[in-house]
Amino acid sequence: MRRRGTVHGRERLWGWLFVSPMAVVLGLFLALPVFMAIWVSLLDWNGQSNPFTGGEADFVGLDNYRALLTQDGLDRTLFATSLRNNAYYVLLAVPLATSAGLLLALVVNQRLLKGRGLARTTFYFPSVTSSIAVATVFLFLFQGSGAVNSLLSWVGVEGPNWLNDPRGVTWVLLGGLGLVDPDQPSASLAAHDFLGLPLTEWLAGPSVALLTLVLMATWTTSGTFMLIFLAALQNIPRELEEAAALDGVGRRRMLWHVILPSIRPVVFLVLTLAMIGSWQVFDMVYVMGQGSPANTTLTPAFLSYSSAFDSADFGQGAAVAFLLFAIILTLVLLQRWLLRERGPGRDRLRNRGRRGTSERSRA
Amino acid sequence: MTATDTTSRAAEDGRTMAGEGTAHGRSVRRLHLGARALGRRRPTGDARDERPVLPRFPRPARLFGYALVAGLALLYLLPFLLQISNSFKTEADAAADPLALWPSTPTTITYERLFGLGGEADSVPFPRWLANSALVTVLITAGRVLFDSMAGYALARLRFPGRAVLAGFVLAVMAVPGVVLLIPRFLVLNSFGMFDTYSGMVVPLLVDAAGIFIMKQFFETVPRELEEAARIDGAGVLRTFWSVVLPMARPALITLTILSFQGSWNEFTHFLVATQSEQYETLTTGLARFVSGGLGGGSQFPLKLAAAVLSTVPVAVLFFFFQRHFIRGANAGAVKE
Repeated sequence: MRRRGTVHGRERLWGWLFVSPMAVVLGLFLALPVFMAIWVSLLDWNGQSNPFTGGEADFVGLDNYRALLTQDGLDRTLFATSLRNNAYYVLLAVPLATSAGLLLALVVNQRLLKGRGLARTTFYFPSVTSSIAVATVFLFLFQGSGAVNSLLSWVGVEGPNWLNDPRGVTWVLLGGLGLVDPDQPSASLAAHDFLGLPLTEWLAGPSVALLTLVLMATWTTSGTFMLIFLAALQNIPRELEEAAALDGVGRRRMLWHVILPSIRPVVFLVLTLAMIGSWQVFDMVYVMGQGSPANTTLTPAFLSYSSAFDSADFGQGAAVAFLLFAIILTLVLLQRWLLRERGPGRDRLRNRGRRGTSERSRA
Repeated sequence: MTATDTTSRAAEDGRTMAGEGTAHGRSVRRLHLGARALGRRRPTGDARDERPVLPRFPRPARLFGYALVAGLALLYLLPFLLQISNSFKTEADAAADPLALWPSTPTTITYERLFGLGGEADSVPFPRWLANSALVTVLITAGRVLFDSMAGYALARLRFPGRAVLAGFVLAVMAVPGVVLLIPRFLVLNSFGMFDTYSGMVVPLLVDAAGIFIMKQFFETVPRELEEAARIDGAGVLRTFWSVVLPMARPALITLTILSFQGSWNEFTHFLVATQSEQYETLTTGLARFVSGGLGGGSQFPLKLAAAVLSTVPVAVLFFFFQRHFIRGANAGAVKE
């Protein structure tokens, strides 16, 4: 028998050998880049030469951030536009994809539904296919004379030219009701601005083109969310539902007072994942217009990419990326705080769920 | 951390939920039951009670329910059906009647053109994209399976200084939003002289934090007694890992292989910032450039759709054969983003 000490010595050596590829790759290509980018966001650098050995990069301090946040100019207008677009995108896509995922999960969780395995496969398939291939298909379906508008014409609706329509839906809807003139919404709003963008633009809502992206995002992500919800639904202790049923609880109250409270942490998880993902929308934007029409599908992620790689302003691009990082971080923390567990009612339900599970494991 | 806790529980359940039929499913389940019998986890593996808690819906509601499911299924399938049918249409036909599920004059000209059999010189070097995608996918998948399982094993089982720090590091890395890394990755590749090379495309993706996490979770469920028995028989760490633990991890390895294949086959943003020349274009970057740039002239939609169909086929085939591994990944990977 070997002595304990030698065994430990070996484990120490092998442990480090086993983790070294991981540590090297993640360190060099995930951790180090973040710090390099912080440095580059303080530079005026065009992507040529090496910014770390001097060369042609000028240290400009916080100028890149200033141009995005406080100085009048194209940079700030573009950044504000991308923020507006993405904010509307998040406001629409997150609730839509989450509720679609929950609906699908509730449907395929019905124990008596025939073919629920097949349904699950169908709903999940869009999530595993390449976003580029899916975007190609959506470009085709949503053309002016495409399949979606042909479908709409069957029911007598003349669809818009989806991907080329920069009109904001707020003004389209209010204009349709005859409340405002969509071309000249309000002079007093247009006179004021925030981050260099007139209030009329902020309030214009998502453009028709951006709505198309929201629909595509909902279609591609709801399957993943369905699976996460499904796992949670199947984790609800059966005793809990049975006890409620014995008490004469109907379907609707079962959903609101038993099922939803028990999967609350998972709803929270999905909302967070959806929000983080939605603030990073990039692939779709790249394929479906690169910001066009009229910058109404421009997002900070794409702006960061195009500042760096199209306009050769890497400092500006890195600054956009860090501001986006800050936004995501702030919103995750805010969401955590807003959706934190509180109130005695919820705690009681949660504990009942816990007790149910631990009893089962003892059995 | 509630989020991680929930997800690991979800992952656990996805695993059992997915293990339907097939010899493999059963072996996964048996293994997990074994692990549970040793007192690690509560038993979710028991056959789920299929009796409904509430009485059945009344007949009209049931019919409505089936109609709803059918409608939803159509909504999720129709884009794919239209994609396939329109890839077999002529350009005029696709423009005139995009909704027709059967082409009026079916043609395979788009597919022939993609492989250079159409007779005309083409701007779409499809075989090149395909070869590049296949190459990087194989390399990345092989790397991830090896390195992720090594790291996962070390973090789960080996005692060495710095282990806790590294485990924390892996979790922290998972929390970095991918989009923040777009420019930084380019910076690093550029500094190392790896920009616009195959190594620049492959090396940064050889390891992924989510995969390490999956493997670590799995190795933690393997009974220690097995390893101890191997040690007593005189096997070293490497031999124990390679001949005893890794073969047991087959279900997890299959999942990891499939997820890595799917992930690297569909990877877009990394290849976009890691390369510049057309010779390194993959199915995703090549198709994206072709689709986003080609709107000015003829729309060429049947050709684009055919390229999209072909780039979907490998993942689709994999998906239909190994669904439960994707499902497990969806739940395990929920920590990833």
